[in-house]
Amino acid sequence: MTRSMKNNKGPGRRVIPGFGVSLGVTLTMVSLVVLIPLAALAINALQLSPGEFWAAVTRGRVLSSFAVSFFSAILAALINLAMGVLLAWVLVRCDFPGKRMLDGLIELPFALPTAIAGITLTSLTVPGGWIGRVFAPLGLKIAYTKVGIVVALVFVGIPFVVRSVQPVLEKLDGSFEESAFLMGADNWHTFRRVIWPEIRPAALTGFGMALARGLGEYGSVVFIAGNKPYATEIAPLMIMGQLQSYDYGGATAIALVMLAASFLILLLMNIVQARAARRTSG
Amino acid sequence: MKKTQTKRFPLPVILAIFFAACFLVLPLIFVIVQALSQGIGAYLANITEEYTQKAMLLTLKTTVVVVLVNTVFGLFAAWTVTKYSFPGRKALTTLIDLPLSVSPVISGLAFLLVFGRTSPLYGLLEGIGLKVVYAVPGIVLATLFVTFPYISREMIPVLSAQGRDEEEAAALMGAGWFTIFWRVTFPHIKWSLLYGVVLCTARAMGEFGAVSILSGHLRGKTNTLPLHIEILYNEFRYSEAFAVSSILVILALLVLVLRSLIEHRGRKGEA
Repeated sequence: MTRSMKNNKGPGRRVIPGFGVSLGVTLTMVSLVVLIPLAALAINALQLSPGEFWAAVTRGRVLSSFAVSFFSAILAALINLAMGVLLAWVLVRCDFPGKRMLDGLIELPFALPTAIAGITLTSLTVPGGWIGRVFAPLGLKIAYTKVGIVVALVFVGIPFVVRSVQPVLEKLDGSFEESAFLMGADNWHTFRRVIWPEIRPAALTGFGMALARGLGEYGSVVFIAGNKPYATEIAPLMIMGQLQSYDYGGATAIALVMLAASFLILLLMNIVQARAARRTSG
Repeated sequence: MKKTQTKRFPLPVILAIFFAACFLVLPLIFVIVQALSQGIGAYLANITEEYTQKAMLLTLKTTVVVVLVNTVFGLFAAWTVTKYSFPGRKALTTLIDLPLSVSPVISGLAFLLVFGRTSPLYGLLEGIGLKVVYAVPGIVLATLFVTFPYISREMIPVLSAQGRDEEEAAALMGAGWFTIFWRVTFPHIKWSLLYGVVLCTARAMGEFGAVSILSGHLRGKTNTLPLHIEILYNEFRYSEAFAVSSILVILALLVLVLRSLIEHRGRKGEA
């Protein structure tokens, strides 16, 4: 007892033995797998002159791929926010046959390889496909258009909002909703005044995660997008294109812009969570 | 309100269920229908075809290696960041979770820059006859990066909620770190570890973007199952593509079933 106490300056700080080994193994692996590759990215980016960097990321085709990526990721994340909150609410508050199966299937987009999601959604939404043939007479094409990109991103993003909102709703007492309803609030007001303030931080976290995922998504989108220059090319595809022509500098520049965007989302999400934590603790 | 909502199934509820059916159920049915479109004999021939078998083997090998490495790392990482206080602990946690916010394509690119032709390491590795890029080690590394936080992040919340009292008591009674880990900590995290392993397996077997950059796309050599599916699809061999897909679809469903079983058991274990 005295031995392990003596070895540590701050009393009770590191009573548990094995600190050196554990930290050593963890740091080594983090360095090998995460730090070195990201450092390589940074070093390669620094080798570009500002002019080269600017030229690589402001080419017309690259700019329009950024626009497509951001626009469709934001739209898909918004759809996921709405449908995710709704699905979470339905899963928590309603009973219907097949509910447990539906609950289990919510994470299908995590478990299903993205390439399979891509080829399946494409085949479903081409004009002759099961879903495409419903929309084709209305003049709406899904596969090989921007709509298709959004469809693929909605698919991969479904679990994020549902799974962050669901636990909060489970803890939220259903009687608040009931009393609001009894006091004459309609569905929309009950949602707006009673449910939304409680689930907002969780819903925004899910939204941010879906957005970040959508920005970087590749496997499911390349099949359904059709990849027409200036129209349906996404930014990760432009990185692929640069690599195929061995333009590592150009690829790194585009990657850097994408990374900056996802870190910004990460930062904003942390701020939202910190504010929510302050609110509940204070 | 709850009762009436349940009985009448208002529009939002129907909308939610319809949305889920379109996005989550229809694709599964479609894959199975397409896979079996030429009959069961053709299906069996498609999934036992030579290149499919080789791709399956490569995916299996990659997944096993990645899950083993990430399990070891996950245990060390989760234990380190929850059982000790040290400066930079939060930064370390952020760093571990970083791969989650990096696009798979960018991860692939990063490894290409570390080991590819432009890197000083390339000559060095060439000298000892080790090929990383456009070869199996590259595929494994890319998959490792993409799934890196999957196991640790399932255990970290459980371990921080559990606190350090039990471990400190064991340490004060003279137990070594392995005894403490195995006898005191492990029983708390076995379900979340298993949960993480299942999620990691699912992601590892399906990774596409990162692997696509680092694989040489050589049939029978560096083609994983998802890459093999891409090739079949692009060659308009749809029923073969969906037949091979059905293997991964079945595995994905298995993952979901395991996931909900573990969650159920885990909840009971904690209670």
